[in-house]
Amino acid sequence: MYAFTFHRPQTVRQAAGLLTKNGDAKLLAGGQTLLPTMKLRLAGPPQIIDMTLIEGMSGIEQSGRTLTIGAMTTHNEVNTSPVVQQAAPVLAKLAGMIGDPAVRHRGTIGGSIANNDPNADYPAACLGLGATIVTNKRRIKADEFFTGMFSTVLEPAEIITKVIFPLPKKAAYQKFRNQASRFALVGVFVSKRGSEIRVAVTGAGSNGVFRVKSFEEALKKRFSPKSLEGMTIPADGMNSDIHGSAEYRAHLVGVLARRAVAEAIGKPAA
Amino acid sequence: MSGTGIGAAVRRKEDQRFITGKGHYTDDINRPGQAFAYFIRSPHAHATIKSIDAKAASAMPGVVAVLTGAELATDKIGNLICGWMIHSKDGSPMKMAAHPALASGKACHVGDPIAVVIAETLPQARDAAEKVKVDYAALPAVADPAAAQKSGAPQIHDIAPNNTIYQWHLGDAKAVDAAFKSAKHVTKLDIVNNRLVPNAIEPRAAIGDYDSGAGTFTLWNTTQNPHVARLVIAAFVGMAPEHKLRVIAPDVGGGFGSKIFIYPEEVVALWASRRVGRPVKWVAERSEAFLADAHGRDHVTHAEMAFDADGKITGLRAKTVANLGAYMSTFSSSVPTYLYATLLSGQYEIPHIYCEVDAVYTNTVPVDAYRGAGRPEATFVVERLVEVGAREMGQDPAELRRKNFIKNFPHQTPVIMTYDAGDYNASLKKAMELADYKSFAKRKRESARHGKLRGIGLSTYIEACGIAPSQAVGSLGCGVGLWESAEVRVNPTGSVEILTGTHAHGQGHETTFAQVVSERLGIPIENVLVVHGDTDKVQFGMGTYGSRSGAVGMSALVKALDKVEAKAKKVAAHLLEAAEGDIEFKDGKFSVAGTDKSAAWGDVSLNAYIAHKFSGAELEPGLKEGAFYDPTNFTFPAGCHICEVEVDTETGNTEIVAWTAVDDFGVVVNPMIVEGQVHGGIAQGVGQALCEGAIYDKDGQLVTGSFMDYAMPRANHLPTLTVDTTMTKCPSNPLGIKGCGEAGAIAAPAAVINAITDAIGTENLAMPATPATVWAALQKTGMPRAA
Repeated sequence: MYAFTFHRPQTVRQAAGLLTKNGDAKLLAGGQTLLPTMKLRLAGPPQIIDMTLIEGMSGIEQSGRTLTIGAMTTHNEVNTSPVVQQAAPVLAKLAGMIGDPAVRHRGTIGGSIANNDPNADYPAACLGLGATIVTNKRRIKADEFFTGMFSTVLEPAEIITKVIFPLPKKAAYQKFRNQASRFALVGVFVSKRGSEIRVAVTGAGSNGVFRVKSFEEALKKRFSPKSLEGMTIPADGMNSDIHGSAEYRAHLVGVLARRAVAEAIGKPAA
Repeated sequence: MSGTGIGAAVRRKEDQRFITGKGHYTDDINRPGQAFAYFIRSPHAHATIKSIDAKAASAMPGVVAVLTGAELATDKIGNLICGWMIHSKDGSPMKMAAHPALASGKACHVGDPIAVVIAETLPQARDAAEKVKVDYAALPAVADPAAAQKSGAPQIHDIAPNNTIYQWHLGDAKAVDAAFKSAKHVTKLDIVNNRLVPNAIEPRAAIGDYDSGAGTFTLWNTTQNPHVARLVIAAFVGMAPEHKLRVIAPDVGGGFGSKIFIYPEEVVALWASRRVGRPVKWVAERSEAFLADAHGRDHVTHAEMAFDADGKITGLRAKTVANLGAYMSTFSSSVPTYLYATLLSGQYEIPHIYCEVDAVYTNTVPVDAYRGAGRPEATFVVERLVEVGAREMGQDPAELRRKNFIKNFPHQTPVIMTYDAGDYNASLKKAMELADYKSFAKRKRESARHGKLRGIGLSTYIEACGIAPSQAVGSLGCGVGLWESAEVRVNPTGSVEILTGTHAHGQGHETTFAQVVSERLGIPIENVLVVHGDTDKVQFGMGTYGSRSGAVGMSALVKALDKVEAKAKKVAAHLLEAAEGDIEFKDGKFSVAGTDKSAAWGDVSLNAYIAHKFSGAELEPGLKEGAFYDPTNFTFPAGCHICEVEVDTETGNTEIVAWTAVDDFGVVVNPMIVEGQVHGGIAQGVGQALCEGAIYDKDGQLVTGSFMDYAMPRANHLPTLTVDTTMTKCPSNPLGIKGCGEAGAIAAPAAVINAITDAIGTENLAMPATPATVWAALQKTGMPRAA
């Protein structure tokens, strides 16, 4: 690790002010990506702005058919929250599949979304549920938020404060892990809310999380794994590396989508 | 009998300290005034080092020194060596290239140490390291062993044209050719034994401490064999005279072979300590360990097995290219030769075997012994050939094995070894019963109903442990003897210290060696202290590897205990005023035959030291004896592992649903510890089969340089293991022990791959059989996907 100046603002406004003043500063929300890269000296931000003293940044609240999760809420809190388990069990389960217990007790939803790791789970949940990401400046729809690998529409001094999830009627997340890192080699999130069907894929795409419109259209006719039978997506644009070819990833998107739909409607996976 | 003797499943004495954080590892040791070392390593696989500019780095805060290969040469520090001479077919000696502790002139692999920064703190050393300017001119590199010998491949060392270290062979080529000519069936396989990164929990570490007053050196080091380290560093590297170098291997957190070898970093720690006049400490980071610890395996093999009309094996031939990496590590040459080809007979009566091995240099981390060392590679070749042969001939794989088993002992194989004892049918039979082999078809149908392909795979492996006798290994090129020593020091109060030249880095010697003493002297294991890992305490020893500590180390202990008992009987005779020949010793009590006179162990030990009952002319006071033990043969543990898998055809994921291991380890000292060794070995073997694999790209960069890309086996890769034993005593050592440390890792890969290939119906499957690999193999079979 390189030396850095450690800031501990008390308010979001102070944090944003520090970000404006220090162009190279990094927010520390949970640090589960940032700190390992700093330890390896792959990153050396001169300023670290710790978010933990800012009040009101974490917590879970249900209001009607929406669930609001504070940006600093840890994966473990989401995983074990009775509110989430009741209102959106898919989210509780997804949070429990992130990393290991140490990661889940430190990593936060805001940190994960802002980082937009192409293999992370939360971006799939946001896109797969049509979440709204709330920042200190505006409200952003998930469909507009994620712009590519490790990139989002967040502006330099913009800070995520909470994420609002509309509650689905049916939803499931299927994650096929990279054997080494345990991140999603491919993860597919499906949801049905009224007539809105969403299929979001993480891990597979070389440009980060994406929706599969062809699958969504097929599922609109009937929300059943049978609707996706034989369907696949092109290997173009899929990641290809030592862990799996583009063809394998494209194939897994179909397999996991069918399994996710089966899980969502309460049928055992084929 | 104290209840803590041989065969008792007593809990490990050392675990209290390990699991409560009270272990004492090298990194826990800090010397007054110590400075920290940070190595600058080549980012190139192959490059000329044009210049090293350390001016800016030397001026950085806290920097004590920046040292390079130039200073190393000035100080006349010698090269690291490979201690096992192999001669090629044409009689020429192996081409051992110079291996300086700091590369000079040329870097030969990514991670090759180029320079070292010594600073007050580790962060200061790291900061300064970034300021050292190394001017590299990158050269073309080769990482693939199969490509290293091709014309036009980059040449790594001048001494080795075509990067070829040796072209060795074993066996009778003509007889084998004749066997193949008359064969009824020939099975052929191309096999890649994947390269592995050892990854012990504790990374390597070294502290060099030079005492300029006494002119002595101390090295704390994560080593499996402190005396061998001292010998090599003294005699070959010339860093310090042997009698002025103390090597201490304190608690060591796992080795698996990777801590046998003498590495550049410990030499540099000692040298730098003398240079800067302060203790110098180095601890590897995990990412550094990937680039600096010797890797394992990495063979490319074509193998063939010939069968007659009855399915009897009539011959085996194999041609292997073994990747030894950029330099020859300490025992690297022996692994693909005498630890590999000599085991190609497996458990089978094979009249003719011929094996050719080319060892090559590549621009990769050096490769050396890793749990099993050569024997997993041999077992994989033999057990895949037998399995595939059975399938090709339409025979039951278990039956074909049984038909070819060696049944009479001793058995001389055509590849040097004389198997002394075994009952291969017994372990196969027991394993098949425990695995309910006969109901497999039913389970396969059940799996199919759930859309899964089920497969079953056997591995009836053999290994050779306790490499010895010294005379024999010497004739095969080994630079050292492979005996072991022990010393038994009885205290006046009857408690005992035993000193052994073996070293424990997870095996539980503090318990098992104490059990041997407990059995013999009738005292509880709490009264026995096991001392190892310090060249100032233990006079000499060869360390721990090759599952040798029980078979060789405990045999030395038994020999020393024989002497202790003999001396104690003399003391008891004086104490009990009886003739020495009338003294009997049993369950910790000395008695006079035919009388009720007796003396407890403690009475005799006390009398040995107070010496009130005998004169110096009659008997020397004290009770301390030592022994050296050189075995008369290798030991031959063997057994049968049966793996059952379910393959998800849609994802290619393999789940191991059942595992049965029946091993013959000879006499077992502690069944609980043995079971643990088997569990760990299987886990490592499953790791090799399912997920582990070091991958280099064409430029020689290690793609799998961290746990983000290098997949270690996890608990979820394994089912509950069914582990059992059969027993034939090893006839060549006093306790009848064969050794158990490597069996799982040797047996497992073939069992897993035999099971998966059985499930998916194609033999064309490389390790590691990751989901992506299995899925790709399935695509080629045209097999219908499960619904």
